[in-house]
Amino acid sequence: MVELWFAIASVMLATYVVLDGFDFGAGALHLFVAKTNQERRQVLAAIGPYWDGNEVWLLASGGVLFLAFPRVLASGLSGFYLAIFLVLWMLIFRGISIEFRSQLAQPLWRAAWDGIFAVSSSVLPVLFGAAIGNLVRGLPVREDGWFSLALFTDFSAENPVGLLDWYTVSAGVFALAALAAHGATFLVWKTDGPVHDRSRRAAKVLYGVVGALWPLLTIATFAVNPAMLAALPARPLALVAIATAIGGLAAVVLGLRKGRDLPAFLGSCAFLVGMLAATAACMFPVMLRSVTDPAWSLTAYNSSVATESLWIALRWWGIGLPLAVLYFYIVFRLHRGKAVAATGHDGY
Amino acid sequence: MSDPLLWHRLQFAFTIVYHYLFPQLTMGLALLIVVMKGIGLRTGDQRWDAAARFWIRIFAINFAVGVVTGIPMEFQFGTNWARFSRIAGGVIGQTLAMEGLFAFFLESSVLGLLVFGERRLGRRGHFAAALALFVGSWLSGYFIVCTNAFMQHPVGHAVDPDGLLRLVDFWAFVLNPWALAQYAHTMAATVVTASFVVAAVGAWYALQPAHLDQASRFLKVGVTAGLLSSIAVAFPTGDIQAKLVAQYQPITLAAMEGRFTSEKMAGIVLIGQPNLAEQRLDNPIIVPGVLSFLAYGTFHSEVKGLNEFPKDQWPDNIELLYYAFHVMAGLGTLLILTMALAMVFVLSGRLLGQRWLLWVLLLAFPFPYIATTAGWMTAELGRQPWLVHGLLRTADGSSLTVHSGTVLFTLIGFTGLYFVLGLLYLFLVGRQIHLGPAEVPHG
Repeated sequence: MVELWFAIASVMLATYVVLDGFDFGAGALHLFVAKTNQERRQVLAAIGPYWDGNEVWLLASGGVLFLAFPRVLASGLSGFYLAIFLVLWMLIFRGISIEFRSQLAQPLWRAAWDGIFAVSSSVLPVLFGAAIGNLVRGLPVREDGWFSLALFTDFSAENPVGLLDWYTVSAGVFALAALAAHGATFLVWKTDGPVHDRSRRAAKVLYGVVGALWPLLTIATFAVNPAMLAALPARPLALVAIATAIGGLAAVVLGLRKGRDLPAFLGSCAFLVGMLAATAACMFPVMLRSVTDPAWSLTAYNSSVATESLWIALRWWGIGLPLAVLYFYIVFRLHRGKAVAATGHDGY
Repeated sequence: MSDPLLWHRLQFAFTIVYHYLFPQLTMGLALLIVVMKGIGLRTGDQRWDAAARFWIRIFAINFAVGVVTGIPMEFQFGTNWARFSRIAGGVIGQTLAMEGLFAFFLESSVLGLLVFGERRLGRRGHFAAALALFVGSWLSGYFIVCTNAFMQHPVGHAVDPDGLLRLVDFWAFVLNPWALAQYAHTMAATVVTASFVVAAVGAWYALQPAHLDQASRFLKVGVTAGLLSSIAVAFPTGDIQAKLVAQYQPITLAAMEGRFTSEKMAGIVLIGQPNLAEQRLDNPIIVPGVLSFLAYGTFHSEVKGLNEFPKDQWPDNIELLYYAFHVMAGLGTLLILTMALAMVFVLSGRLLGQRWLLWVLLLAFPFPYIATTAGWMTAELGRQPWLVHGLLRTADGSSLTVHSGTVLFTLIGFTGLYFVLGLLYLFLVGRQIHLGPAEVPHG
């Protein structure tokens, strides 16, 4: 039961990254791939129907962590206090920039929101990547299960650790590159004309960068968390996940080259899911790794609520999740085809 | 300054009060939009669709601010109330996750269709979108009220040996009688807020005069819904809520009324000032017997005073609790009277000619927001000193690893950010009102 909820939380978080990831990426790139007002509105029209629903996956995943692993949620969120508020404020700016931009036809108003949209969409992937980097590297979790993390210490990735060091910043930069590449493949799929062509060029370059950085980050991960990679051979799920990521990467390259837009985007999704799943599978059962003493780590086993509660939650979750998937299917279906820039008050 | 608990409480109070300014209009307006679309569908009168279209524009701006100010709320359970989250997550995590799964996914999928999809969906389809958004937003309200109801009156749980709570009876938790009463009371209040806003915009146009046809439509809908909902807030929903407080939180009832000694035939306090030092109510005006009757159903029931209870169980800010409750109840009464008076003129078809009453309706719209806020202050201050009533004290629920300066820093950050957000909101909504219902192009 605990294993199942660990898997549910991981899958929902991975879904969040894949979905909100494409609109983060589109936001990070839109100043470069969309030059005119109409082109920018085309980007917004492409992500407009989805971004809010995508963000709900973050709330829903948080809710799942809350109900199944309250110790992890409580310790993690309070330990990362300032970083969390930075994320929240960025999410506020970002949501508002999407929704308010086209309320006014004033060019400066729109340019300002375009800038805020680009900055917040670029900072958030770095923060999320750094957060995963922190989980992999480990945190100063104390014997009582709490911790408090400095913004930075000596950038060495060794105890005493801080939020930002060479490893977590690298993870953040990698996340930005990966999500920007992911967003580019989404725009390739959902747009036409100049935005499509520029996104395609951007996707090729960015996926080249991602392909080059990935082995480097893997070596770095081996350096900061040897136990995690040592566990790899004995974790068949992790091996499957890595194979998925490699297959996804191949699909992206082939799809982009042959102009098959949807397979390229799906390959990009598979790459992200594969990487996250491999990370989760290698970390299991550790959720908040303690660098102070490995025995103090918060794990799925020592942090979950009673099995009884988990059974109750599984019943309604089994109804709610298919509903959510159905809504997403309907929204994607209604907005199938290339996104068309709205005019006037008609859309984003 | 050095006690982080105060700052944790202030930050949560500030962010939740600010956030709830938006969902209360979202939820109430969702219902009124369904009503307008429904009348349009039934009568075939296009002007009702135009009315709905205008309010959907404002709804979209309001919804966006509600969404972005809502995201921090869920996270603050973990960041600021980590010990509470650790202890109660196994129970309240369930309703919070259900809100995402059952309500937010529905709302976020339908919103774009409601705002931009009128042409594509057709009349019936667009009505269905409005209905779905109404269902989604009211569902989300239930999950949140249910979460709060557990903190007010915990049911369906068991306590583990290590002190953590776990859920054992799902239906008892989800159908908590406190949640049902509080939900009805809260939802009726959201309709009051939306009705006063709709009526105020109608009055604004009527006074200019501009858009007179839509103005009288807004006034008719606003006043009718406003009268029905403001009565429903008091009776039966407020009455049921008060009886639950009397039954399960007698100390809170005593503090709400500034009552220090027990009494049969207890009177209800209209005005007066609680004096904690002397343990009495100064300068009171009291209607005898009414409190006993309202709380317990008979005039001879005894209402307990604060002195019957140990002081460490008293709410920690009795003055604020007392005033919040009386502001809520007093404003609630005035809101009923305002709408009842306006209804007389609506029924006789003479409202557009009564400039004084239009002015009253125009200037009255902030008061439902104030009454709602005071109502939530009553509920939350009345729950003190408990975070989960009888199980966990507020002082034992905050994050220990976060310093007071850090919380003060983020509180100041929120103050600045929300000030800017409020300006943008008022500017954009004001602009929509200025553009008016006729200028809104077909979406």
